[in-house]
Amino acid sequence: MLEIRNLHASVDGTKILKGIDLSIEAGETHAIMGPNGSGKSTLSYVLAGREGYEVTAGEILYKGKDLTELSPEERAGEGVFLAFQYPVEIPGVSNTIFLKEALNSIRRYRGDEDLDAMAFLKVVRQKTKELNISDDMLKRAVNVGFSGGEKKRNEILQMAVLNPALAILDETDSGLDIDALKIVSDGVNALRAPDRATLVITHYQRLLDHIVPDRVHVLAKGRIQRSGGKELALELEEKGYAEFAEAAA
Amino acid sequence: MTQNVTPVEAFVADFEAVNGLLAGNDLPWLSSLRRSGIEQFSGQGLPHAKLEAWKYTRLRPLEDTSFRPVNDADGGAGVASIPAVLPSDSSHPRIVFVNGTLRPDLSWLDALPDGVSIESLGQVIASDPEWVGAHLGRIGRLDGQPLTALNTAMMNCGCVIRVRRGVVVEAPIEVIYVAGLTDSPVAYHPRNLIVMEENSQATIVKLHAGLGVGAYFANAVTEVEVGDGATLRHYRVQSENRESTHLANLNVRIGKDATYDGFGLHLGGRLSRTDVFARLEGEGGHCGLNGAYLMKGREHCDTTTVIEHHAAHTTCREIFKGILDDEARGVFQGKIIVHPGAQQIDGHQLSNALLLSDRAEMDAKPELEIYADDVKCSHGATTGKLDDTSLFYLRSRGIPEALARNLLIQSFLAEVIDEVKDEAVREALMDKVIHWLPAQCFLAEEWTK
Repeated sequence: MLEIRNLHASVDGTKILKGIDLSIEAGETHAIMGPNGSGKSTLSYVLAGREGYEVTAGEILYKGKDLTELSPEERAGEGVFLAFQYPVEIPGVSNTIFLKEALNSIRRYRGDEDLDAMAFLKVVRQKTKELNISDDMLKRAVNVGFSGGEKKRNEILQMAVLNPALAILDETDSGLDIDALKIVSDGVNALRAPDRATLVITHYQRLLDHIVPDRVHVLAKGRIQRSGGKELALELEEKGYAEFAEAAA
Repeated sequence: MTQNVTPVEAFVADFEAVNGLLAGNDLPWLSSLRRSGIEQFSGQGLPHAKLEAWKYTRLRPLEDTSFRPVNDADGGAGVASIPAVLPSDSSHPRIVFVNGTLRPDLSWLDALPDGVSIESLGQVIASDPEWVGAHLGRIGRLDGQPLTALNTAMMNCGCVIRVRRGVVVEAPIEVIYVAGLTDSPVAYHPRNLIVMEENSQATIVKLHAGLGVGAYFANAVTEVEVGDGATLRHYRVQSENRESTHLANLNVRIGKDATYDGFGLHLGGRLSRTDVFARLEGEGGHCGLNGAYLMKGREHCDTTTVIEHHAAHTTCREIFKGILDDEARGVFQGKIIVHPGAQQIDGHQLSNALLLSDRAEMDAKPELEIYADDVKCSHGATTGKLDDTSLFYLRSRGIPEALARNLLIQSFLAEVIDEVKDEAVREALMDKVIHWLPAQCFLAEEWTK
């Protein structure tokens, strides 16, 4: 599904990613852990195609296609989704309109017809029901006045509606209390599927108690320093990231 | 006209030439009002950059272009379809002027509710000179306002609306000025008078629309009296053509427990400036003065407002938001004055501008002058660009960049357009905004629901 080879990337001329290799198969969930400033969020932005995040070497193959030349909206059309660490507030634009424009934009990219208002509502209502999200959230302006937990649930709702093949969750646990963490994790787990790959980016192990990964990678100093099974996360929780900071220094 | 005639001399010469033909030339009070107007104008000259209030706006088209007064032929111009804000279904009263001439053939004034009169200035001067003499020129100032003075001398068209005591007008009243399509640049000077008597209520929607690509000069003055306990919702749309000069001077007097709720949507005009002077004269009065301006190309839009609290327990709320693309320039100068003894005042003023281009420019000057001690006043001004993170957020959801930008612009303007209390007008204004946007946005219909 996703094959990252020798990926180097810079932001404002500063090299952040210095040769990342990572391979994720359909149906798998991988976690990337690492200390602050290791390049975790940069990796998520590079995958989603944010402007200003420049790939200087290497490639990102997604379903065999090189993503690096595609705009963010084209990547979304191809099935890439990034759940933001800090979801953006958009006053005056209701969640419903936002979701409908997003879904229909992606459908258009794929050569499908737009969904009309009725068909769209049917899709959304089904997803809100599955994720146990109130319809009230649909009427409100995108993320405006939402609590931290609501914002993250809204990200999961968008993911459910847009139905991506590759979901990247950037620090989804930040700003959540234990209850909210559980709800959001349940949402992510509900969306795990044989034809979907998930990349969970997190600083803390606690999220991985809920979203249990197939593989764990440690990112430090712009490179994957070590990879292992889910037990690696527990080891990191115990020992911290000091070893990798030194190893890379 | 010779080369060395100044623009001021040219306007004065025009006045002397047409003076005898202007409405009400047989009324001594009106003749002397006009005469004092032209003397004030001649004495003060055109506003210039050395005046603090005019430092961001130079009236270059008035210096460079020779504008002749409009004539009947200009007013008879055939207009294929009338630009409008509200639906063209004759379900509401409408008065239409083309190049300063009342066009009864395009107006709908047959079935006015009792207690409401909507007439042209010329009609009222003929039918009720005493009443109009008691109201005209009572709010608009001539000193320090040379353009109002020029209008006072030349005023020959305009809309006079009177709502009698206690009358509530349900349907919005639409006032439409169409300009353009003349053989050479013209100047016209509409003078509007709105008198809301005690406890009356009405909604007035005024549109200035330009046709064609020729230059013209609209020099409008509006005087508004909102009587005690009355409510006026006053929505103005300026959609002039790309060679136009649009100068508007709006003077409002707000009585005890009265509400003036004003909104200006400025969508086009080569050079435009709106001066608003609002006076809260009675306790419990409220002044809402909000607006949005969307400018592109080399358009220049100046909004200059002065809200004066003369009475205690009065409130004002002022939000202006602007979108500036290409080399457009926006100016906002907002002043709130709280006079001595006007206690328990609540004032709020905000100016936000969004620059869509590196060459666009915004000048904002918010000012508070407070001479009372028990006052709550806030103000703020920001100028920025579309937020990169927001744009990326929308695009990462599959929304193409052009649509994402439009959505963020609409989001930015929604806050101020929400200030428009009349739902039908609010939807119509948002529709105008959507049609202004660079790439036509296909969610227009749903947006307003």
